Amino acid sequence: MPERISTRDIVYIALFAALTAALALFPPIAVPILGGVPISAQSMGPMLAGAILGGKRGALSMLLVVGLVAVGLPILSGGRGGLGVFAGPTAGFLVGWIGAAFVTGMLHEFGWRKLNFLSSFTYAVIGGIGVVYALGIPWVAFWAEISLTKAAIGSAAFIPGDLLKAALVGIVAVTVKRSYPLIQKTA
Amino acid sequence: MIAAPGHGRDSGRPRSPLHRLAPGVKLLALAVSGTGLVLIGDWRVMAAALVPVLLLYLAAGYGPREMLRQLRPLMWLLVILLVAQGLMESWALGVLIVLRIAILVLMAALITLTTPTEVLIETIERLLTPFRRFGVNPAKVGLAFSLALRFIPVISDQARQIREAQAARGLGRNPIALALPLIIRTLKMAADVADAIEARSLYDGDEPPDDRVRARVVSTETRTSCLNASAPETSSISPSSRR
Repeated sequence: MPERISTRDIVYIALFAALTAALALFPPIAVPILGGVPISAQSMGPMLAGAILGGKRGALSMLLVVGLVAVGLPILSGGRGGLGVFAGPTAGFLVGWIGAAFVTGMLHEFGWRKLNFLSSFTYAVIGGIGVVYALGIPWVAFWAEISLTKAAIGSAAFIPGDLLKAALVGIVAVTVKRSYPLIQKTA
Repeated sequence: MIAAPGHGRDSGRPRSPLHRLAPGVKLLALAVSGTGLVLIGDWRVMAAALVPVLLLYLAAGYGPREMLRQLRPLMWLLVILLVAQGLMESWALGVLIVLRIAILVLMAALITLTTPTEVLIETIERLLTPFRRFGVNPAKVGLAFSLALRFIPVISDQARQIREAQAARGLGRNPIALALPLIIRTLKMAADVADAIEARSLYDGDEPPDDRVRARVVSTETRTSCLNASAPETSSISPSSRR
């Protein structure tokens, strides 16, 4: 079974959940080159939590975000929140954040010693895009009764924005590793 | 913005029978009716199912306006789904699916509207009790919820300050200049809060603290520690001491 979660871990988990909620307040940027799809900063949350807190704490932090949404806080971008979110077709992307933070974090722990921008970016792409879409797309397809291909095409518009966010996470992760490392034991 | 919908906005509202119903019962009812909705295959039956939903909203003291408000964030997606299904499959199927999603979202949202956030957190803590044998400590889950609730406004405020400061420097559109200071400040704050809680030794080991202690930790202690946790300057991105 997992080793004990210390009080210190709880604080980090809670504050990264709060940070993810705060990211929704950054106004979404519509990038014209990307077809004007609005990019919300919020989906950086799971990648950041994984890259900075590691797999386990990162995943628990996103589980807390899901819990906060479930108890009714309007913390998702656009002021969405409450149990209604889980009844909607995009719930898979939200639940996918837990796996995203876990995978991003595990990869960062694995490659911690030699972490650089490129490796961190790659880990964020695998976790924050790969895992999220792997859960989100089938969920949309099932819920809206459309084919997987159609759901994937519909979701693809968000991938360029997510790549930008993964790059930002790479820069942040490398800087934080230098100045404020929290992933230490695995090396 | 961050006001919890369960209590803040409705504090003056007379509490309906739906407000008084135990949250576990409401969740169970949602699960049962959700399963029932999936079994409905005719859009006319699905449309008729809107009537009991409307009646439930009326019974809780809300009306059609609130129902529309709950659906608004989803509106575009529903329209796209309806048109896509209508053109590619059949309009009957499109209406069926869109109505089903709308009804489910409305019913789940009604639980959120009629249940205070704290009550739902308590429910989660209670539901987690059987998992104690697997190493889950419900009290620590409760602490995590309370801390997150307490720090969402604090971190949001930090984010706003950083955005204003960087805008003044002409860096308002530079995502790195916005994200990096916010994350470093969050980490500093977390370290300070953890120090403050550990210094008071309220949460050593796995023993769940009694409610009195927990209420104190959440209501006053984190507030003082958060006051002490002064936000570091942006320059603290330079290597800082770690214990």
